[in-house]
Amino acid sequence: MGLASNAYAQAPARAAASAGDAAFGARMLGEASGEQIFTRVCAACHMQDAKGAEGAGRYPALAGNAKLAIGAYPAMVVVKGLNGMPPIGAMLTDQQVADVVNYVRSHFGNKFKGAVKAEEVKAIR
Amino acid sequence: MISDLSPQTRRDLLTMIGRAGGGLAMYQAMTALGHAAETQFSGPPALSGARAGASVLVLGAGLAGMLAAYELTKAGYKVQVLEYQDRPGGRNYSVRGGDKIVEVGGATQNVAYQPGNYLNPGPWRIPHHHRTLLHYCKAFGVELEPFIQLNHNAMVHRKDAFGGKPQRYKELAVDFTGHVSELLGKSLNAGALDSAVSKEDKEKLIAALREWGALDGDLKFTSNLGVSSRRGYDRAPGGGVNGAPTPSKINGLSDVLSSHVWTQMSFYFNYVMQTTMFQPKGGMDMIGKGFYKQIAKLVRLNTKVTGIKQDDKGVAATWTDTVTGKTGVATADYMVCTLPATILAQMDMQVSDAKKAAIKAIPYSGQVKIGLEMKSRFWEEKYSIYGGHSFTDQAIGLISYPNYDFFKDKPAVLLGAFANGAGGYMLAGMTPEKRIEAALAQGSVFHPEEYRREFMNGASVAWSRMPWILGCCGMWTEESREAHYQNFVSMDGRIVLAGEHASYYGCWMEGALLSSLDAITRLHKRALAA
Repeated sequence: MGLASNAYAQAPARAAASAGDAAFGARMLGEASGEQIFTRVCAACHMQDAKGAEGAGRYPALAGNAKLAIGAYPAMVVVKGLNGMPPIGAMLTDQQVADVVNYVRSHFGNKFKGAVKAEEVKAIR
Repeated sequence: MISDLSPQTRRDLLTMIGRAGGGLAMYQAMTALGHAAETQFSGPPALSGARAGASVLVLGAGLAGMLAAYELTKAGYKVQVLEYQDRPGGRNYSVRGGDKIVEVGGATQNVAYQPGNYLNPGPWRIPHHHRTLLHYCKAFGVELEPFIQLNHNAMVHRKDAFGGKPQRYKELAVDFTGHVSELLGKSLNAGALDSAVSKEDKEKLIAALREWGALDGDLKFTSNLGVSSRRGYDRAPGGGVNGAPTPSKINGLSDVLSSHVWTQMSFYFNYVMQTTMFQPKGGMDMIGKGFYKQIAKLVRLNTKVTGIKQDDKGVAATWTDTVTGKTGVATADYMVCTLPATILAQMDMQVSDAKKAAIKAIPYSGQVKIGLEMKSRFWEEKYSIYGGHSFTDQAIGLISYPNYDFFKDKPAVLLGAFANGAGGYMLAGMTPEKRIEAALAQGSVFHPEEYRREFMNGASVAWSRMPWILGCCGMWTEESREAHYQNFVSMDGRIVLAGEHASYYGCWMEGALLSSLDAITRLHKRALAA
């Protein structure tokens, strides 16, 4: 709907992963690390302790979530989105997607083996 | 004119038709001429003659659900509405002093605004062409007042422009237009565009640039009184002996470009952002309350739907009372389901695989709004800013000045953030206290002396944290519309979905209402054909 970041529209009937989103996100997140991306983006829904939350529906916990065992799966969810979750990866670099996935897979009590690489993220896009 | 039988222009023709055939003929003629096709709303639906005893279950008491309940009841259906929250209205919502905001995860805010002050966390402005909404506001006695959209005297801030010092919109916009005009004029005069522009058009263009860009006789954009009559003066015009104004100094092209002011200029060009815009007096939820008055007795609040079933005889929704824990099953012949896709995607729901896939194809945005109550209206008293928005490239996105109680000597609620995208996620992930601190720190760039000094209290609504919706608005892309939109809006057995997410006016109340009218019109047709 025109305005790049569209932070201003009441009705951002914009594309979920528009170029404007990516530019705005890149400006906001800059050189953010995996931990910073978790804190500044993921925690909005999954909560700062990664334990998720429940209302009329629920945000799944990332802490202790067996679906994170294979790194490609969370990387795909970050890049493509899932159900109500937007394709957050649109505003992150390949390396940042890998960093945040690896951060979540190795924190909050998670001890999943094998790190996701930027090239794997690139292949998913 | 009426004696002239050969109208020369479309306007003349319309004037004649208006006089001869009255308003309706005028409207039909205008539509035929492509003038008034600004809305798909053609008046409230004239549904009638429902079969005796026919019933509809409506899920959700937001605007789409309440409109469906209202019109279907008028058509003769027996209607019941189930609503998860303890209030009707959905995203049509206003926050006032004494309200409690509880987020998923448990963070709780007790709102401390003074009486009469409010924050509209969801919708807050109504375009003049959203005829459906305007129609029902009028019908239900919801009083509207102007919403100040474009304020030339509000500000634009960008961290890496003008050393981080905000500039007045009017100065940047005039300077941008002036510099661009001068450059284009130079190109034209140098013959650089001769292959693209005829000689005649070139002359017209140069005249246009001189006027539009406030250029001088040499087609230059310079600091002078003519330019100042647009961007403001160094010393404003006065009376008497020292009445003569002095011009302001224009900004250089590079500085103007660094402000990205074209982003704001083009924002105001958006069809849905054009003046005139409106807001309800007393808070946006006056609209939801207007609807609720019509159908309150049909609504069961505090009712969480846990499953949706249908067969060839009817529909059923299982529910749990969120206060008492009581469970039950609501049944009817048909269903209008307005629950957000975020919730439906996780629900046990008996619809086709294609509809399930469509429901799962809609991600939701996560806007954040923050309302800061200030002791005084310093933005009016000191800055001459009355309504409108000051934009920033920080997470808060903008601050916006209240459009009611101008000039009053009492506290007022300023919109301290309307964050979207990355900024929205960033603020949503904070505790409510930290959000307020971030809003104060970031908003201070506009009013550094007053912002913290005048601050009293604040409240935030992070839509991704709202338990009943887990997001703000459905987001379609061209690809997802192509693949799923028709499957989403189609009648599936006895169930039809409605809401802003089932429209091409996503995130607008108008979309929710148009979607609802379309859904119930199809439902009624189906019910009569059965």
